[in-house]
Amino acid sequence: MTTTTSPTVKTMPVFTEATLDAGIPSGPIEGKWEKHKFEMKLINPANKRKFTIIMVGTGLAGASAAASMGELGYNVKSFCYQDSARRAHSVAAQGGINAAKNYQNDGDSVQRLFYDTVKGGDYRAREANVYRLAENSSAIIDQCVAQGVPFAREYGGMLDNRSFGGAQVSRTFYARGQTGQQLLLGAYQALSRQVAAGKVELFPRTEMLDLIVINGRARGIVTRDMVTGKIETHLADAVVLATGGYSNVYYLSTNAKGCNTTAIWRAYKRGAFFGNPCFTQIHPTCIPVAGEEQSKLTLMSESLRNDGRIWVPRKADDKRRPNEIPEAERYYFLEERYPSFGNLVPRDVASRAAKKAIDEGYGVGELKNGVYLDFAEAIKRLGLEVIVDRYGNLFDMYANITGEDPYKVPMRIYPAVHYTMGGLWVDYNLMSTIPGLFVTGEANFSDHGANRLGASALMQGLSDGYFILPYTIGNYLAQNKLEAVTTGHEAVKEAIAQVEDRIKKLLNAKGKRTVDSFHRELGRIVWDYCGMGRTAEGLKIALEKIPALRAEFWANVNVLGSHDELNQALEKAGRVVDFFELAELMCIDALHRNESCGGHFREESQTPDGEALRDDENFAYVAAWQYSGNDHAPILNKELLHFEYVKLTQRSYK
Amino acid sequence: MKLHLKIWRQKGPSNAGNFVEYDLADVSPDASFLEMLDQLNEQLQTKGEVPVAFDHDCREGICGSCGMMINGVAHGPKKGVATCQLHMRTFHDGDTIVVEPWRATAFPLIKDLVVNRAAFDRIVQAGGYISVSTGAGVDANNIPVPKKVADQSMDAAACIGCGACVAACPNGSAMLFTAAKVEHLNLLPQGKAEQYDRAVLMVHQHDAEGFGGCTNIRECEAACPKEISIDFIGMLNRDYYVGTLKGAGKRA
Repeated sequence: MTTTTSPTVKTMPVFTEATLDAGIPSGPIEGKWEKHKFEMKLINPANKRKFTIIMVGTGLAGASAAASMGELGYNVKSFCYQDSARRAHSVAAQGGINAAKNYQNDGDSVQRLFYDTVKGGDYRAREANVYRLAENSSAIIDQCVAQGVPFAREYGGMLDNRSFGGAQVSRTFYARGQTGQQLLLGAYQALSRQVAAGKVELFPRTEMLDLIVINGRARGIVTRDMVTGKIETHLADAVVLATGGYSNVYYLSTNAKGCNTTAIWRAYKRGAFFGNPCFTQIHPTCIPVAGEEQSKLTLMSESLRNDGRIWVPRKADDKRRPNEIPEAERYYFLEERYPSFGNLVPRDVASRAAKKAIDEGYGVGELKNGVYLDFAEAIKRLGLEVIVDRYGNLFDMYANITGEDPYKVPMRIYPAVHYTMGGLWVDYNLMSTIPGLFVTGEANFSDHGANRLGASALMQGLSDGYFILPYTIGNYLAQNKLEAVTTGHEAVKEAIAQVEDRIKKLLNAKGKRTVDSFHRELGRIVWDYCGMGRTAEGLKIALEKIPALRAEFWANVNVLGSHDELNQALEKAGRVVDFFELAELMCIDALHRNESCGGHFREESQTPDGEALRDDENFAYVAAWQYSGNDHAPILNKELLHFEYVKLTQRSYK
Repeated sequence: MKLHLKIWRQKGPSNAGNFVEYDLADVSPDASFLEMLDQLNEQLQTKGEVPVAFDHDCREGICGSCGMMINGVAHGPKKGVATCQLHMRTFHDGDTIVVEPWRATAFPLIKDLVVNRAAFDRIVQAGGYISVSTGAGVDANNIPVPKKVADQSMDAAACIGCGACVAACPNGSAMLFTAAKVEHLNLLPQGKAEQYDRAVLMVHQHDAEGFGGCTNIRECEAACPKEISIDFIGMLNRDYYVGTLKGAGKRA
């Protein structure tokens, strides 16, 4: 690998021709995973209990892997910042989970799910991974049903399906509007069973603050007990990060308030490459911002687009109430622009179309910051009862937040940051560039390319956790003889010292501004310049503003209380520090990727009708950024993407 | 809106706690209850005072992290919502609002409004799962589940584990939580094999944690943000009694 770095200019990285090898097995795509499973080394049951695995995060990817590894006999230590593993943010996923069961006999297959996902990701995902994901999808549903996940059923007792964006088949399984909750409870229950069996030890209210790397291998983590403030070391034979995405860099997002980038960011600074950090997803159907004090955004499930119709008035600045606007004066912009997919175009396409309508002055609501999502026709066609059964809890949630009744007036929706496709770079085995450090679920960059399709995040988290990691971690442990390590090791002491030093610095800053005020300001910058539309000019401005604000943060932040108690301001401060650094890397990545693809929309690069225009010749690769010190530009490494099974074309949903 | 707040402040489990009074102005009626507390915390920190600690995460009513007694009612005056979904338009300008943590023997206090609910996890560990390892599932449609059964199971499974039922119960009982966890699985064909063991083991764990007994007061049902019915407690009682007669509750 040859890499070069420029020591001073941080904004413009020096491109390198270094290429990363993902270790994709040879042979036809249909047989790669089966072949690889056979070729991977095994560990006999008696030896498995000699190994300890650290799992950080208890969402779908983390809990499913922790439970499965425990079942196999490994000793697992499972960490989460919430007070219970059951509260990880996967719990909030609403709509559903995809699987190529073809129960509807509507033409679905592994091949089609694979194709839809690669295309939906705008050809920036790794084919072999996506194929494996599609292959595993059916077994996930079987596993979840066996665990007692109460999926929606038809009257005869068979599983029900619905459609999601970017697909013309019905392959989405769901449990009312609480699919994520139910799948997570399934994984949490499996995890609880292993706790009872003595194979998994839980560490709730514990935050990972650094990764311990010894002789080039991930061997442990440094944590802070969020109740007592105690800094502790945990050592293991392998470390798994299943710590979710970083949408909260924008401050306002649909993520839970605690979601953060700290675990993956510390790992990045210890040598794990960061893949495609600028690939973020803006979800089209969220409740519009209502005021300054707002702390987060609430999603309305994509499943609503099965029956809801999206429109704005044809006349700009129309002051009439929605019900007073006759059919002919409504602009159903998705149905008109994309007749074959209609309201079910992928998220990036739907979001941009809504933004365009609002930017051009067609926005609705008091702040003119929404478009309508209208159920009047569906209620007429299916009856109120069916709509209540399908979406009741979502309608209630909407009514609660806005004070409006969506059964009577159309919902108002607006795009919001929802998911990050970027994350730590992993190879085919889901291992990062630090041997022994595995990364799963939203925390890795892997399967969704530049845009994730709806109902695919749950699928990926569970595929990684139930059906991939249990094999690949065993393979790693079987092939590598690991030396014994103790907490007395220099690397451990150094990591602890760094963590303690950072906490001290935050508490001693004693400035004038609260952590939240900085976070809001940072979020605004990232949203304005690295949000739904990005330009070279804007990104350069952001790259000046972010370091300036970060400098002010360190000089003027005010974190009260002490380190040896429950201190929520201190927790937040530590996370915001990492968001500052990540925000800069996102902008560097967005600036270097001089093309539009999926959710990454560079305004300079669009088709005549405003769609994302890729540049396959120059950018058909994963940008994997390598940390090279605080004062140096990160180094760009490339994993070239080869498309052998899905032809690269301009994505069209027309 | 202007509000007068009386909030329980307690530095830690071994410190004495007391109500502290705060005045808060310019509260938007569109703000959620937690956003109102955020606003208070910003104000406190600007004045150099330590902010109020409270649990919260998803802020959309599904993670179950948040929860506090608001004017003596778990999750406040609005029915069927968690604290994060309670909006200030429910209150009036000039209101006095009293905010306390969940109070129950089995939920020891950590700080201010934060309590330790790990007892819920231990009840689930006692038997709140189906014993199937990864890879052992059969094709999903091989287990038909009539829609009515699946729906009823889902009604129970909707529990978010917030602890409002315990806080609302004069006996400090977690029977609604336990019943929801047991019957979610016991109703389904997949859960039948362990039906009686599950009921007996989980009830025993519930008692061992120091939760009180159920005397059908129904405060839990009224406070539950997911409006889970005490019918499930009836079903649990049946499973528990039958299980006891069968000698269930021993895994060995």
